[in-house]
Amino acid sequence: MRARVLIRPKAGILDPQGEAVQRALPALGFEGVANVHVGRLVELDVQDASQLESMCERLLANPLVEDYEIVLDK
Amino acid sequence: MKFGVLRFPGSCDEVDALHAARRVGDAELLWHGERDLRGADAIVVPGGFSYGDYLRAGAIARFSPVMESVVAFARDGGIVLGICNGFQVLCEAQLLPGALLPNANLRFTFRQVQLDVVERDTAFTCACAPAGPGGQGTAARLSIPAKHSWGRYHADEPTLASIEAGGQVVLRYAEGENFNGSLHDIAGVRNARGNVLGLMPHPEHAVDALCGSTDGLCIFVSMRIAVEGARV
Repeated sequence: MRARVLIRPKAGILDPQGEAVQRALPALGFEGVANVHVGRLVELDVQDASQLESMCERLLANPLVEDYEIVLDK
Repeated sequence: MKFGVLRFPGSCDEVDALHAARRVGDAELLWHGERDLRGADAIVVPGGFSYGDYLRAGAIARFSPVMESVVAFARDGGIVLGICNGFQVLCEAQLLPGALLPNANLRFTFRQVQLDVVERDTAFTCACAPAGPGGQGTAARLSIPAKHSWGRYHADEPTLASIEAGGQVVLRYAEGENFNGSLHDIAGVRNARGNVLGLMPHPEHAVDALCGSTDGLCIFVSMRIAVEGARV
């Protein structure tokens, strides 16, 4: 099964990458952009999707500073 | 007294760490794939880019065979120092509280930094002398280099309150020196038991006058004192 894990900085933690992108967009003429955050995407094929949560907790994300979201392709 | 200095694929400061450790005792490199710590009395987890910093700095190194032994060694009270990438590895291994995030300035930054030793009664700083002529002031000040892009120390509010109250913040960037945006100006933090310390700046690069400062040496001397004191 194809899975995607979206990892992003936890809310409230300074995200300088997101801020830099947010500042860059208006410079290109894109207005009305707010709350930009930059994270990571991990794509993987798994036989047992029930293991994804544990994979995230132990390796794919650092739960102290990152939130993760597991998306399973239908 | 023997230091064991870890070497991961991607480490780049292990030779300087070995050199620094040999100024105060015996020292040997320990390859990441080995579990045997070869009788080391203290462990140094060095700087660099272990496993290419893939995924997150330190995230993969923490699961290496040698780190399994280092975690057990630390749980038994063994003295463990993590420098830069080593600090990141020790946080990922949950031997130290908090995490290191990308510098607030988003740049790899290499500069000499001034550090205040805010806890001197520790296994890592007991040999650091007070600053100032005539011993004025009680805090020691170290001038050592920092070079990293992921050095912004972060912990949640309850953790920060707990490590501050428990004297676990050992080193702070001096006023105006916190270039990476670390919370509470934290440059170095120890565990509650006091046998594990991580810091972002590099004491191993400041042990020879040729390099402009020998202030880093007191960290290694302190570790020797701690190990030999524990044997008595």
